[in-house]
Amino acid sequence: MEIEFAAAEGWLHNVWLLIAVPLVSAAILLLLGKRADKWGHWLGAGSVGVTFVLALTFFFQLRGMDEREGVELSLFEYLPVAGLKVDFGLLYDPLAAIFTLLITGVGFLIHVYAVGYMSHDPGRRRFFGFFNLFVAAMLLLVLGNNFVMLYIGWEGVGLASYLLISFYFDRPAAATAGKKAFLINRVGDAGFAIAIFLMFATLGTTQYDEVFNGVGQLTGATVTAMGLLLLLGACGKSGQFPLHTWLPDAMEGPTPVSALIHAATMVTAGVYLIARSHPVFDASETAQAVVVTIGAITLLIGCIIGCAKDDIKRVLAYSTVSQIGYMFLAVGLGGAAYALGLIHLLAHGFFKAGLFLGAGSVMHGMQDQTDIRRFGGLAKHMRITWITFLLGYLAIIGLPPLSGFFSKDPIIHSAFERHGWSGWVLGSVALIGAGLTAFYMTRLYVLTFHGKPRWTEGQHPHESPPVMTIPLILLAVGSVAAGGLMATSVPGWLEPVLGEHEEHHARLSEWTVTAMTMAVVILGAGLGFALFRRGTALQEQPAGPLVTAARRNLYFDTLNEVVFELPGKLLTRALVFLDNRGIDGVVNGLAATVGGGSGRLRRAQTGFVRSYALSILGGAVLVVAAMMAVTLS
Amino acid sequence: MTTDIAAETLKLPSLDYAALAPMLILFGVGCVGVLVEAIAPKKARFPVQLVLAVLGIAASLTAIVLAAGTEKVTAAGAVAVDGPGLFLQGSIAVLGLVALLLISERSLERGGAFVAQAAVTANSEADRDQATRGSGATEVYPLIIFSLGGMMLFAAANDLLTMFVALEVFSLPLYLLCAMARRRRLLSQEAALKYFLLGAFASAFFLFGIALVYGYAGRVDFAGIHAAVLDSPNDIALLYIGLAMVAIGLLFKAALAPFHVWTPDVYQGAPTPVTALMAACTKVAAFGGLLRVLYVAFERSQWDYRPVLGAIAVLTMLVGAVLAVTQTDIKRLLAYSSIANAGYVLVGVLAISKAGLASSLFYLVAYGFSVLAAFGIVTLVRDADGEATHLSRWAGLGRRSPLYATLFTFLLLAFAGIPLTSGFTAKFGVFAAAIEADQTWLVIAGVITSAIIAFPYLRVVVMMWLSEPGESTPAVSLPGALTAAAVTIGAAATLLLGIVPQPLLDMTENAAHFVR
Repeated sequence: MEIEFAAAEGWLHNVWLLIAVPLVSAAILLLLGKRADKWGHWLGAGSVGVTFVLALTFFFQLRGMDEREGVELSLFEYLPVAGLKVDFGLLYDPLAAIFTLLITGVGFLIHVYAVGYMSHDPGRRRFFGFFNLFVAAMLLLVLGNNFVMLYIGWEGVGLASYLLISFYFDRPAAATAGKKAFLINRVGDAGFAIAIFLMFATLGTTQYDEVFNGVGQLTGATVTAMGLLLLLGACGKSGQFPLHTWLPDAMEGPTPVSALIHAATMVTAGVYLIARSHPVFDASETAQAVVVTIGAITLLIGCIIGCAKDDIKRVLAYSTVSQIGYMFLAVGLGGAAYALGLIHLLAHGFFKAGLFLGAGSVMHGMQDQTDIRRFGGLAKHMRITWITFLLGYLAIIGLPPLSGFFSKDPIIHSAFERHGWSGWVLGSVALIGAGLTAFYMTRLYVLTFHGKPRWTEGQHPHESPPVMTIPLILLAVGSVAAGGLMATSVPGWLEPVLGEHEEHHARLSEWTVTAMTMAVVILGAGLGFALFRRGTALQEQPAGPLVTAARRNLYFDTLNEVVFELPGKLLTRALVFLDNRGIDGVVNGLAATVGGGSGRLRRAQTGFVRSYALSILGGAVLVVAAMMAVTLS
Repeated sequence: MTTDIAAETLKLPSLDYAALAPMLILFGVGCVGVLVEAIAPKKARFPVQLVLAVLGIAASLTAIVLAAGTEKVTAAGAVAVDGPGLFLQGSIAVLGLVALLLISERSLERGGAFVAQAAVTANSEADRDQATRGSGATEVYPLIIFSLGGMMLFAAANDLLTMFVALEVFSLPLYLLCAMARRRRLLSQEAALKYFLLGAFASAFFLFGIALVYGYAGRVDFAGIHAAVLDSPNDIALLYIGLAMVAIGLLFKAALAPFHVWTPDVYQGAPTPVTALMAACTKVAAFGGLLRVLYVAFERSQWDYRPVLGAIAVLTMLVGAVLAVTQTDIKRLLAYSSIANAGYVLVGVLAISKAGLASSLFYLVAYGFSVLAAFGIVTLVRDADGEATHLSRWAGLGRRSPLYATLFTFLLLAFAGIPLTSGFTAKFGVFAAAIEADQTWLVIAGVITSAIIAFPYLRVVVMMWLSEPGESTPAVSLPGALTAAAVTIGAAATLLLGIVPQPLLDMTENAAHFVR
């Protein structure tokens, strides 16, 4: 099937405004400095609000069109080099449209929330500057019409992410976490960059339509390599195994950052990348198999570690890792499951953002306490936070009719339907994951809001101001309704991008899967409730090997140390040795020679005209002699 | 009839006034300037001279632009108006105008950088008195205008005698200008005397070389020499010794080793704005003359002079780079840097090709702008005793005056040939041309010496930024509008030619054709 995009016309010609508005706002906030301190946060939130309204108008414009394949807009030539032409071009198609709505809609709510959350922070203007920068970069990421634009946005959101993780740069933990995120993302980004080089080399283009149309001419090995390299990039950005270790540490940033960047939007960029390049993955069975494997492994890892953590934001972070695992699993399955992965992505954007903001609201009222062993009984003190968190919690464990049910169940079902024995394995893993999710989320919820208070002394929990609770309420509405609304509408909406797919369920009926899922969810939730309804010990208790391993992040940090850090250290040590002994020796020797020569030659510069004249005369004799010698020879 | 015979024998050569206008305007303005000195009241002289000089150079530049595209030999074969000639004349005018801004600065020091009466015995009572008085010489303006006119003629001279006359026309005012510094009078006078004596010495070589070439070719015009090379029945030794001696006169002016010995002393002793003028404009003119002699007159003996001049280029780059390492005075350091840079231009010249010609022209302009800005900043770093040129006094300048330290760092990086500066584009151009012409050995020497000379540049950078400012670190004076303009133009050109060099590259490419 030939992919072709029409040129943008009419109102859609202004699609670039989506990127320009937050970018200009970021520039104003960061360049004006202290002068913008008083009103900067309102500009920051307002610009995203305006962007959201713009996104809505574009969305309806696209919806009203007969041919919804998407429209292209070429702004200017970005890299015109011989044989290689990269335009600064945008593509507004159904996939970009839903991402735009998610980013600006949820982004706007979180911006408003942050106005309240950051109200006591002296760096609030800087925060909003970075936050706006993130929104602009993320929109460029989803709106670009070629892989280079995607890459620019990719690095842009990365930059904003590092800046915001290390926002409290005076805290060593935050500075280290920023560095860790940066370094691990380098690994993934290198893969992505090589994938783009591979496109240059084999297809001579990075335009989406030309790349996808050209995939058919490539050899299987090339396509597989391209897919795997793209996947490596996606794993880095989305915190997937084995590059997932930076994401939980990224929770050192302010909570709105965790909600927007490290839960709702940026970390799902990997899913976007795979969905966007679906023709590449469709063409390679191997790449798809690797994607589902990684998704399955990650979702299990995230669940297991999530059960053992005591920090409210870390539990949510591991839950994010595991939920993105579900999305990877879905997009790896291909076909109709692409849409399922994207629905889960959207639904997750709502309820996870709501959960994070709820956690932030709890921290706000508990003097930045994050240890769930030190919460308890908060339901009475923060009514709105409690209700909204409850709805988010029910949504993530997949209780009908909340949104998680509509988005996760079909993924589990599709996993069972994968051909061969792998379907059974993947389906079971996804099913177990659902049970574990129910368990650790119940633990988190019960320990925080119910049971007896286990607060440290002098804490007076209180509800957050309306500027924070109103976004919570709106996101909770989204958590309740989004799944049901999207389950039917989104697949049809995305058809022009992902193609038509027949759903065929051979092995298990829908009801069987739903029943099984419900059973494990109730089992997990019941177990969690029974274990933790009376609270928990205030200190870490000795535990068996599995729990200890889970507390230590299943030793993945240690693995990284051995595999990446240790060889790196040895290499630098060897290089330093070589540099000191070998290269420096030669360089210093040469420098000494030059310096000595210079000192000696300098004496010839006596300052006497007679010696200068002699030098000129000598030179003249030599030149004449040399001329004669050259001529006569 | 006798009158007819007289008319026939005294027939005036045809003069193309439009093509000669750039030089004629300058010489005319110079004469008017001398009259102004005689007629105008003392107070009015400075503004009148400044306006006159600026307008004169601007008019000359306009004439050059109007003459663009002309290719002809006029004034009975004495002057050639062609692409390279006009380009060089334009460069001299533009760089001269920027140098004129530096020279006219009077807010840094009462009365400017020049004393009113340079002939007063140095360090005498009268001399100390005039150093503190607010008046300054305005004779510098006609001198500069004459010098610039001479340089233009030098770049366009089409026979050896015209070239010699032009050489003297632009040299004599420079000798005088060197002697007029307000501060450190003895050093200034010593510099002028050295420059004059050695200049006269070199001129003698040049003149003797002309005689020998005439002896071989029977002609002094370049076309005639070109025709005679290899074809004349006379002893070929005459030609080669003559060529060598003519070249020596030119190499002296361009400050190429071993004829560079005057450069550090003169650059150090001369008033800094005059040093800037010499480093920028004299270099352009000297290489303009050298290019014309080598490309037009002696093109057919390139196989003979190329190895000799190549050796001189290598020696020059080495001497400039190595000796720069141990300099302790910023003006001497820049002097050695200018010597090394002359070596790099010679590498481009020795490509003896269109690309070589174009890249040399580009290099001269790019270097001229950078060196003007650099010396402009040197005039700003001063204390009560005038400019603080000893390097130890520059320690910690980055803390005291970050803006000027940043600008100077940028200019040093340009001299070192770091990308995004004109220094990189220029060096790349000459090296590329030399490689194309199979002169790889010159390029190897060029790259090695570039690495050596980066060291003294970076030493200054390190000193400015990483040393603590000491008691003796002078503050940077706030520049007057003229110096600020000169430094800004120089630094901006350095940046622009590093980022978007294409327009000037195209211009040099189009200009790179000599008329014979």
